[in-house]
Amino acid sequence: MKKNGSESDLKRMSKPPPEFDLRLYITGATPNSVKAITNIRNICESYLKDRYALQIIDVYQNASLAQQEQIIALPLLIKKHPLPERKLIGDLSETEKVLNALGVEI
Amino acid sequence: MSRPVKKSNTTALEKTPTGINGFDEITNGGLPAGRPTLVCGEAGAGKTLFSIEFVVRGALQFKEPGIIMVFEEKAEDLEMNVASLGFNLKKLQKDGLLWIDHVHVNRSEIEETGMYDLDGLFIRLAHAIDSINAKRVMLDTIENLFGSFENEGILRSELRRLFSWLKDRGVTAIITAEKGVGMLTRHGLEEYVSDCVVQLEHRVENQISTRLLRVVKYRGSLHGTNEYPFLIDEDGISVLPVTSLQLEREVSSQRISCGIESLDTMLGGKGFFRGSSILISGTPGTGKTSIAAYFADASCRRKERCLYYAFEESPPQIIRNMQSINVDLKKHIESGMLQLISTRPTLYGLESHLVAIHKKVKQFKPRTVILDPITNLVSVASASEVKSMLMRLLDFLQAEGITVLFTALVFDKENALQADEGISSLVDAWIQVRDIEANGERNRGIYIMKSRGMNHSKQVREFVITSKGLELVDVYLGPDGILIGSARVAQELQEYTGKELRSYAASRKDQAIQRKKLVLEAKIASLKEEFESVQEELNKTFIEEQLKKEIIEKNRQELTKNRNSRISENGKNSKK
Repeated sequence: MKKNGSESDLKRMSKPPPEFDLRLYITGATPNSVKAITNIRNICESYLKDRYALQIIDVYQNASLAQQEQIIALPLLIKKHPLPERKLIGDLSETEKVLNALGVEI
Repeated sequence: MSRPVKKSNTTALEKTPTGINGFDEITNGGLPAGRPTLVCGEAGAGKTLFSIEFVVRGALQFKEPGIIMVFEEKAEDLEMNVASLGFNLKKLQKDGLLWIDHVHVNRSEIEETGMYDLDGLFIRLAHAIDSINAKRVMLDTIENLFGSFENEGILRSELRRLFSWLKDRGVTAIITAEKGVGMLTRHGLEEYVSDCVVQLEHRVENQISTRLLRVVKYRGSLHGTNEYPFLIDEDGISVLPVTSLQLEREVSSQRISCGIESLDTMLGGKGFFRGSSILISGTPGTGKTSIAAYFADASCRRKERCLYYAFEESPPQIIRNMQSINVDLKKHIESGMLQLISTRPTLYGLESHLVAIHKKVKQFKPRTVILDPITNLVSVASASEVKSMLMRLLDFLQAEGITVLFTALVFDKENALQADEGISSLVDAWIQVRDIEANGERNRGIYIMKSRGMNHSKQVREFVITSKGLELVDVYLGPDGILIGSARVAQELQEYTGKELRSYAASRKDQAIQRKKLVLEAKIASLKEEFESVQEELNKTFIEEQLKKEIIEKNRQELTKNRNSRISENGKNSKK
């Protein structure tokens, strides 16, 4: 998997691997994408502070990725780690559902 | 569908040919270019194959790159499934003519957390279209997405957006969908795809399946509205476009021999018209197949290809049986002039038979087609259906200028006129072979019931099958009625004897006359002899008399002379 977020690379180098490896696929600056980014950032900062790595990928920039990752609905959040892998679609506005799916205890 | 309408039509709406046998004909050119088309039908109706053919044939025949986006089958499965049709998807992909994308969505892995859209799908499609510059797209079966997402509202609006997006992109797309209850599709996709809807159906009646295709809707274009039977075989889908009886075909006045010289004589001396239809009906065992085989043989001898459909016997069986009447079909099969095809009528539905024959004719391009016997088709469908099928078949074959010969089995001698599947009015010539039972034996009589456009014999002939071949013999019309078979032979012998006797008697009379003549002539000759001898006798006496007379005269003159000289010597004396 390509890593194009310099932010996560920095985190990984300075600290031990984070507990939560999250990837958010978005499509440019559509309302849903913008909302999703805001929502996931809020959730991570509130519940997973310093325990996560978040990669934000614009599918428009890398169209072939859509086929490789079997992407249909967007925005899509994939929790790569901890296992099992989970996929969340939508603007992530339903915080409870998101936390539940990520396996975060409140 | 008349020609002028078709013309104005094609200018109005651009069409993309599918390359599917027959489909482009019923739609006057194919699917609407640059618009999505909905193909719906039950499971196993052939939707996937139809759309794959559209894409692959587009790539192969029209050099239009295409995209196959499947929502159910794995790409590998798909490749295997179409490999049997001779489509090499891998190669097409390598050549940049095909793009396969397998969309897999596992609902259990997905949590919906708010608003989303299907931009991922759009991106994938756009990427694919841009990568190979695609002109054709198939989405099979996009409805599966309904099982993957909870929010149906979003899905519906996204699908609506997708179809209009496809239209904007100018690609000709096929979207497949499952048939729903009371609706064309399970999720009402027909609401979104409004340009063209094609329905495929797989109907089973009396355990026999028939595949049917119908163009439900075609905005901005005329199209055939009937249900068209279609066939799926090793060449993919074949749709049969023949529908209505067109009575505009050109006719030929050329005549062709039926292979039996004496039958040709009955048909005005020259045989059938080329491109005409011939029905041979008869009770079992009257030699219908033999006539058909002769016809096939004659056709092959003229170096005209012949297609022989046998619904009762297998090819080796026919070849063997026909050898017994001195017809060698094997040689024609080997030379490629004849094709013997045996199928059981129950193999598939009536319409499928029609499609199969249609396809074979297009492929083999025969000048004569034989169906032996059409009666067996009734085991698949009702008589009226058989009639309509045969009508369409006739229509098609005659439009191609192909001479067609049907045989029909008649069971009931009394109702022989009715039991011809009702096609006797459609055919141009109808020959009936009939059993005539008399004097404890069965013989065959052959009649020409009708033969349009020629002065044919109205007499019944006896039809004899021997190891040398078929022959028609004049029957005897005696005071006791028609004599055939051994009665005819007996009559013939009797007549022969009478003739012999008569000629013997005549020759004897001749001899007697000759003899009398000889006798008379002899008599005349002897009388002539007699006359000649009498005449000679008479002549003889006459000449003697003459001689005598001459001699006497001579003597007298002599005497006179002598006397005169003496007087001159003794004149004095005498004068004294």
